Amino acid sequence: MKFGVLVFPGSNCDLDAYHLVRDVLEKPVKYIWHGEKKLDGCDCIILPGGFTYGDYLRPGAIASFSPVMEPLKEFALRGGLVLGICNGFQVLVESGLLPGALYRNLHLQFRCSSTHIKVENAGLPFTNLMRPGQLLRMPVAHGDGNYYCDSDTLEELFRHNRVVFRYASPAGETDQPSNPNGSLANIAGICSEGGNVLGMMPHPERAAEALLGSEDGRLVFQSILAHWGEK
Amino acid sequence: MEQGLHCQMGLTDGEYRRILELLGREPNRLELGMFSVMWSEHCSYKSSRRVLEKFPTQGPQVLQGPGENAGVVDIGGGWAVSFKIESHNHPSAIEPYQGAATGVGGIIRDIFSMGARPVALLNSLRFGSLESARVRYLVEGVVAGIGGYGNCVGIPTVGGEACFYPTYAGNPLVNAMCVGILPASSITRGTARGEGNAVMLAGARTGRDGLHGVTFASEELDEQSEEQRPAVQVGDPFTEKLLIESCLEVMERGLVVGVQDLGGAGLTCAASEMSSRAGGGMRLNLDRVHCREEDMDPYEIMLSESQERMLLVVEPAKEQQVREVFERWGLEINSIGEVVSGGMLELFMRGEKMACFPAKMLCEAAPSYDPPFEEPPWFRELKAEHPAELPVPGNLEEAFLKLMASPNIASKEWIFRQYDQQVRTCTAGLPGGDAAVIRLREVEPKGLALSVDGNSRYTYLDPYKGGMIAVVEAARNVAVTGARPLAITNCLNFGSPTRAHVFWQFRQAVEGMSRACEALGTPVTGGNVSFYNETSGEAIFPTPVVGMVGLLEDVRLHCPMGWRQDGELVCLVGDLAGSLAGSEFLHVYHGKLAGELLQPDLERARNLHLFLLEAIGEGLLSSAHDLSDGGLAVALAESSIAGGRGVELELLLPEGARVDELLFGEAQSRVVMSLAQEKEAALKEKAGRYGLPLHRLGITGGDVFSLKTDDRFSIRLSLHKLIHTWEEVLPWYMNRRAL
Repeated sequence: MKFGVLVFPGSNCDLDAYHLVRDVLEKPVKYIWHGEKKLDGCDCIILPGGFTYGDYLRPGAIASFSPVMEPLKEFALRGGLVLGICNGFQVLVESGLLPGALYRNLHLQFRCSSTHIKVENAGLPFTNLMRPGQLLRMPVAHGDGNYYCDSDTLEELFRHNRVVFRYASPAGETDQPSNPNGSLANIAGICSEGGNVLGMMPHPERAAEALLGSEDGRLVFQSILAHWGEK
Repeated sequence: MEQGLHCQMGLTDGEYRRILELLGREPNRLELGMFSVMWSEHCSYKSSRRVLEKFPTQGPQVLQGPGENAGVVDIGGGWAVSFKIESHNHPSAIEPYQGAATGVGGIIRDIFSMGARPVALLNSLRFGSLESARVRYLVEGVVAGIGGYGNCVGIPTVGGEACFYPTYAGNPLVNAMCVGILPASSITRGTARGEGNAVMLAGARTGRDGLHGVTFASEELDEQSEEQRPAVQVGDPFTEKLLIESCLEVMERGLVVGVQDLGGAGLTCAASEMSSRAGGGMRLNLDRVHCREEDMDPYEIMLSESQERMLLVVEPAKEQQVREVFERWGLEINSIGEVVSGGMLELFMRGEKMACFPAKMLCEAAPSYDPPFEEPPWFRELKAEHPAELPVPGNLEEAFLKLMASPNIASKEWIFRQYDQQVRTCTAGLPGGDAAVIRLREVEPKGLALSVDGNSRYTYLDPYKGGMIAVVEAARNVAVTGARPLAITNCLNFGSPTRAHVFWQFRQAVEGMSRACEALGTPVTGGNVSFYNETSGEAIFPTPVVGMVGLLEDVRLHCPMGWRQDGELVCLVGDLAGSLAGSEFLHVYHGKLAGELLQPDLERARNLHLFLLEAIGEGLLSSAHDLSDGGLAVALAESSIAGGRGVELELLLPEGARVDELLFGEAQSRVVMSLAQEKEAALKEKAGRYGLPLHRLGITGGDVFSLKTDDRFSIRLSLHKLIHTWEEVLPWYMNRRAL
């Protein structure tokens, strides 16, 4: 299974995603420059975190017009696996691959801290090794992670199990103090209708090695491999 | 020549005469402006240079000492670390967000100028009392600015410190440190070698911002300083990120001869320093500088401090390749001139020669002074006070809680949660510990322990001992993680050097730091002096800040500061009781700053660091935490909080000591540690071998922090209450609306 990591001007977690696939999962991975017009046979595309175009205009807004987004949309429509982390999630939302918007954090500050997220849908290519309700510990680091959508969309997301992760307390309560950014219904990650596109604000790649304090994030990537029939 | 123009530009009459002598003619306005910025205190170090020569700068690990964009030390395995700390105090006092942000941007450029990939940021902050709405405004802006810049460029902010004393109310200190990694064999230097080589200017466009920024930085702040706001530059971290990637790419591919960033004094500084280092000159055509506005004159172009710009010297054959790299990253780059022999700096615009004189005149010929110095009267007066004559607190628990709630001791999470601490996925020890720990993916399993430290209460009372302590404590901070202290960078924040008392403090502090650096084998590889930190005639406490780099041979073995398991033994290495002189307890509880500091024992410090390196390397310790502000009781509480578990402690009052000296007294070379009980004998043996006192204090476990002395319950608090007290202080202040 081959991974591709998109690189936009201002991406800064590209290295982290690349390192994770190459050194932790020990799978083939390549960088894909934002100006490319094809995805070069990759089976899973990661949109990494960072500040594409300096977050100017709105986070992810300018990157969503990059040439590489055209083949990415086709790839996603065909059922290709796409994982957007943090700024990658913002790019997915801006490009219409996922619904809703990511507003400025409610407290108006950038927030870097450890969070717990609760697995709401364990039946996806990204979550198949998790249990429903399982708590994962991984960090967030963003200024614009306050997920919002209109009430019809929210209802649709819940009805079709498209809310994948929600911020929770260490005891599993999806309560207000556990929400780091004010997102609607404590939403931390959502997926596309087909379940093949996942956007999430927390950073699983930052929680995939014991040295970094948590290994829970590795489950996301191991699930992808399991889905692909590899381990 | 307009009468007194040189005075407006900050040059003295004597300096102006010297310029006339050197040139043998009157300078034009452009030339005078260039001299004024390069001869400013900020660029020329004219008052401090002779004193700074005392710093030890040599050592087998030093690959590049002071004088370049940043120092470089060898870490083995073919790799090296480049690091430096720099101040951005005055800009931050006027425009906190941009002032702090551009401070971060500037220090990052210093590091990648050397060819190093920036991997970590730290900062040292000093503000006035949080009771003041103005101070809270500064805190909010500075922290947001540091985060705004560092987060966007993708370099983690892994550590730092923040202190609050009224002396900094009008003149906060914002010192930023950056650390980078590079192959030991490929250091890039800021030299303009090779006649005929192209001089290329890359990055942001040159605008009218920051004209005379360095002159502004070389004056005291006063009521009119607000009007200097245009001297503060505006940062664009996105451009910086592109600049990092493109510069590192051309350096890695060996396409450049020399690189320097454009910081203080802009193009004037970069062009003259690069020429001067190579003993050559430059001919520049200012028409080719890409400007933000159309009608900029040579004076504005040469003095602009617009951010995110780099000057590169490139062989003509490689010019096209260099251009392609920058353009791929969406950056502008222009060849603005060439390297010439003969050492002249020649500036042309619209075919006319605008300036012409030897580059060395701006750098090596800059004046150098020996300002008068005098011991201030308060030095002896404060020393003669005996804090141990003050009454012992009636309620020790209350005194302890007061100390835990001092903003200087309380949790700084409100600050560092606004910084991305983990981008690059290398941060193994997060902010809040004694030192930040990062792994080095390039040379596994090595890692770095990084710390910034300075205690201005101490340096105010005794700059010599305080200077020593700053180094000793920074070294201890990295040693408790299991690292070997390698070298330091420093930022020397003082008042005006024209005041004899200030200059005395400066000399004493440098002297003390030098002694400690020699004793600990940690040379100085670079840094920055920031004078004129005064508001309305009042100098700040002398504040030398030390940035220490320690090397971990195996980052996986690094030692945390919190208790890791229940039922483990808690020990103290070092003296049981400390001194109340200059202590945080004296400041918080008695509202005093006085007393004679203990003389730090450098021999013991060295032994302690060796002992820690060995004990942690052998896996004897579960945790280790340095004793500093607040003394033993606070250090024990911090280990409980960090480990999320309680502890039962029983402390024996040493003969002749008071209970407040035991609990809250401060002294150097003390570390609290926890370990499995069966390892006690091995630890004892090792401590004995290094001549270090070892005291058994208690056992970890439970959810109560209990500290007993001499059969009396002194302090008994639930962990919950302890954490709450310590955690809520900064948020409580910062959530208060400005009044």
